Amino acid sequence: MYDNPDGVMIGLEVHVQLNKLKTKVFCGCVTDYHNDPPNSHVCPVCLGLPGSMPVINKKAVEAAIKIGLALNCKVEEHTQFYRKNYYYPDLPKGFQITQYDFPISSGGYVMIEGEDGELRVGITRAHMEEDPGRLVHEGTIDKSKYTLIDYNRSGMALIEIVSDPDMRSPKEARRYLDKLRNIVGYLDVFDGNLEGAMRVDANISIMGGQRAEIKNISSFKGAERALLFEIVRQKNVLRRGGVVVQETRHFDEAREITLSMRTKEEAHDYRYFPEPDLVPLKISGWAPAIKETLPELPDARRMRFVEQYGIKDDHAKALTSELKLAIFYEDVAKKADPKTAAVWVCDVLKGELNYRDLTVEAFKKEHMLSVLELLAGRKITEDGAVDIIRTLLDKGGSPEEIIKEKGLVIVAGDIVETAALEAIVENPQAAADYQAGKVKALNSLVGVVMKKTKGGADARKVREVLIAILSDGFYPPIEREKIEKTIIKIGDVMVEVSKPIANLLKKMGYV
Amino acid sequence: MWASINELKEKIHAGSSEEVVAEYLERIGRSKLNAFISTSGESAISRAKEIDANDIEGPLAGIPVAIKDNISTRCIQTTCASNILKGYVPPYDAHVIERLKKAGAVIIGKTNMDEFAMGTSTETSFYGATKNPWDMERVPGGSSGGSAAAVAGGEAPIALGSDTGGSVRCPASFCGVVGLKPTYGVISRYGLIAYANSLEQIGPFATSVRDVTTLFDVVAGYDPRDSTSVDKEVNYSSSLENNVKGLRIGVPEEYFGEGTDEKVEKAVRDSINTLEELGAKTTTVKMPHTKYALAAYYIIAMSEASSNLARFDGMRYGLRTEDSDWHTTFSQVRASGFGDEVKRRILLGTYALSAGYHDKYYLKALKVRTLIKQDFERAFKDVDVLITPTMPYPAFKLGEKIDDPISLYLADVDTVPINLAGVPSISVPCGFSGGLPIGLQIIGKHFDEATILRAAYTFEENTDFHTKRPEGM
Amino acid sequence: MITRKDLTHIGWLSRLELSEKDIEKYTPKLNSVLDYFTELDDVDTEGVPPTYHVLPLSNVFREDEVSAQGGSLTQEEALSNAPKTQDGFFKAPRMM
Ligand SMILES: [Mg+2]
Ligand SMILES: [Zn+2]
Repeated sequence: MYDNPDGVMIGLEVHVQLNKLKTKVFCGCVTDYHNDPPNSHVCPVCLGLPGSMPVINKKAVEAAIKIGLALNCKVEEHTQFYRKNYYYPDLPKGFQITQYDFPISSGGYVMIEGEDGELRVGITRAHMEEDPGRLVHEGTIDKSKYTLIDYNRSGMALIEIVSDPDMRSPKEARRYLDKLRNIVGYLDVFDGNLEGAMRVDANISIMGGQRAEIKNISSFKGAERALLFEIVRQKNVLRRGGVVVQETRHFDEAREITLSMRTKEEAHDYRYFPEPDLVPLKISGWAPAIKETLPELPDARRMRFVEQYGIKDDHAKALTSELKLAIFYEDVAKKADPKTAAVWVCDVLKGELNYRDLTVEAFKKEHMLSVLELLAGRKITEDGAVDIIRTLLDKGGSPEEIIKEKGLVIVAGDIVETAALEAIVENPQAAADYQAGKVKALNSLVGVVMKKTKGGADARKVREVLIAILSDGFYPPIEREKIEKTIIKIGDVMVEVSKPIANLLKKMGYV
Repeated sequence: MWASINELKEKIHAGSSEEVVAEYLERIGRSKLNAFISTSGESAISRAKEIDANDIEGPLAGIPVAIKDNISTRCIQTTCASNILKGYVPPYDAHVIERLKKAGAVIIGKTNMDEFAMGTSTETSFYGATKNPWDMERVPGGSSGGSAAAVAGGEAPIALGSDTGGSVRCPASFCGVVGLKPTYGVISRYGLIAYANSLEQIGPFATSVRDVTTLFDVVAGYDPRDSTSVDKEVNYSSSLENNVKGLRIGVPEEYFGEGTDEKVEKAVRDSINTLEELGAKTTTVKMPHTKYALAAYYIIAMSEASSNLARFDGMRYGLRTEDSDWHTTFSQVRASGFGDEVKRRILLGTYALSAGYHDKYYLKALKVRTLIKQDFERAFKDVDVLITPTMPYPAFKLGEKIDDPISLYLADVDTVPINLAGVPSISVPCGFSGGLPIGLQIIGKHFDEATILRAAYTFEENTDFHTKRPEGM
Repeated sequence: MITRKDLTHIGWLSRLELSEKDIEKYTPKLNSVLDYFTELDDVDTEGVPPTYHVLPLSNVFREDEVSAQGGSLTQEEALSNAPKTQDGFFKAPRMM
């Protein structure tokens, strides 16, 4: 049982941007603005020009229902938009069109791995709203002499997912966020890789204090850091006999601290009322129809992968953490050994992708299949396979070309053997050292063999062969009892080998 | 100098639109009415030339039209008669402007109004009050006072206004012209700078029902950019008929209550008699919630306004004062940009929506709105139209009521219930009191503009009030 | 009754800077209007639903298509009315 010594309670408000829609939520401006100049994708509506009026994007409503269903929420039959009245420079109308009473969905949950096993995090509600613009500060928010505003983001469709305060540590918060991204990512409504796709406001309190709301957290790592900082800050306040007041704090991403945003008057009064320019939505019947189209969600898919492909749960979990990766794996697993495929996709490919900040789209399924096939046929070594994967990601090409270019084809056994013998003969001191118990001496011999085979040998295999020759004194490792050993002199050094090896060396003219 | 659309068409046919437009511009130029905040002289002339040169056709080809300054016009300053929007030039056209341009109309200028349409007298304009063409010491009514005065004063043959609680009908009545407030949703509000979204409609002014109908036909119709726009094209011009035989008129006695000028009451009752003589039947109807309409209306309008006007902060357009921190800057921009009446309504609206008062004021008003709407539904089971005075009295003196908000609000007593119910209503001239025009209000069912236009047209065809013109223009 | 303190708060919520003189001037006027509004207290609205929209419209949507008509403004048009701009951004005052 996790006893939560500080009485930490964390609730998160996550804003998911429906950036896969073609247009914004209330106007026909494109959502694809990420690489364009500021204020180049705006219209009278999203710029809040006087006289402009919103019209609801139908696809956004459908996407909201999808998300609600995926979070086990109840989707309402009647929903409505409200105005939330407050001032902020990023808000072009002085109010945000959002939902209040009658949110499109509410009362759901998400299962995560908690501090002490499975944790059910309640979803209070998941409602629709519009994104404000983007503020740019020169330096930090508290020092900047002015504020620059870009409204390209203004009016993007958002789903605000409000959790119950069920998380008890920053780690659980992080896991919840990962899980949320995982689930929503399955629904083909947002691209989590775009800047600002998921933004977090965190509410956190510890025993004996009121809650603080931390705004402007733009990454999951940031959320974890902000929460860690807040726990320490709140504990310090209490330890010094102070009072943790309810307030809004701003997360300074660069300094990894939270700053009080308290102004002369903190109290908000949003004066919600129904948006008179939008009519109500009667959407009974939509949810059942949309439910039919929902894809298999991460948890279900993870269980199926374990059952159907016999892979480890850890692998199944990692593979289903992202829809594209799961599809990639499944396509590969159908044409190759599923277990080996799991290891290579999960342990190798995913790592290499993460390292390069790439998604699985950067790697072709056919290439993964070729690599697995070459490995199965012992045409390449495991190191060679890793090399191929890395090269494909860095330079492109095809596995075949890379093999040819780098000479990665596995070198036949007898060549390794010959090279090993040559290595011993040329470095008798190393061989003798190894036999005398200096295990490390073997490494230099391995290196020599690898050089002789131009890297084409499997390093593990080379080790095996060298150990066989030097430890057991004979090679190949068969009928070892029957074979007589003999001591030969190579240069000035005496090495004990089997008679066949001695003969071989003699034949080769080394002894 | 007062000409109908048809007369102007003949004039354009014989001469040119350029001549016609120039004549109106010239008249505006030497006017003392202050009906216009800005005129679009050069662009109007060049548009007129274009129409002349290319023989552009359309129901309003070459006809000058004046536009209330809260309707967005691309490339023409649109101020809402406020200091906060001084110099604001919309980069887009309102839906009605698109339609007017397509119909060949020539926009000659933007008319004066109460600041952000908040008023009944056109005195709260930052650009000075408009005067009533019938008496330069009196108000033209409001908030579309500029449009009504321009039409009454011969400075524009037709004009658009907007009506949130009577803002077309009141100045039509005070200035002796025809003004129509259509059914909510019939004319797109896209581009109309909102005062109270759930109540207002754009409406046409002219010196006759026929011309009002022509203009209405041009600007009404479905617009996908306004979610409250109704998918319904209108064409009433072709079916205007001088006939009220069998028309069932309801007379709600609540509209002839205390504060109604005797001469106004007499003129309206005489007008009802005229229609009876022409074959209509009259009955008395009960509309018991009428007296609560005013309070409900003002609460709803101010609440919506407090939110609508939040966008004016000096960042993207409009007035900007010296920068300090953003809270202070916003507050100072708004404090110096808005006039007193606008500030009062923002403050009251904010209060009516605020925590602890939302249910007492805002929600209560919306429930009362339901009862008022039901009054109309009940009345219209038995009658086709309702007839009342448009205003309880003729135009009052400039400055007479400006410092007493309540007495100013009370002037709207007969017009606001119509907006609460969303039904159509027209004001036509029906008499005079001390040389000042009196307006007759004819109210119809939702989407039944045809019937009120027919009643108004028949009344007009059989009386001559609408032909009277102010002297000294 | 609106007190001076209420009015200061409402002024803050509305972002309207009110001087002492303004507060002096507005308080009685606002109270006379609010007093008039209490007329509604006489109406029995038990069980009466509010009318937010006068027409029974619902489900008005647009398709997820980039609008040509009334669509996007150029950056120049977007900024054309801005009192202050910088590098294509609107320039607002400092935050704190
Ligand atoms: Mg929100
Ligand atoms: Zn837009």
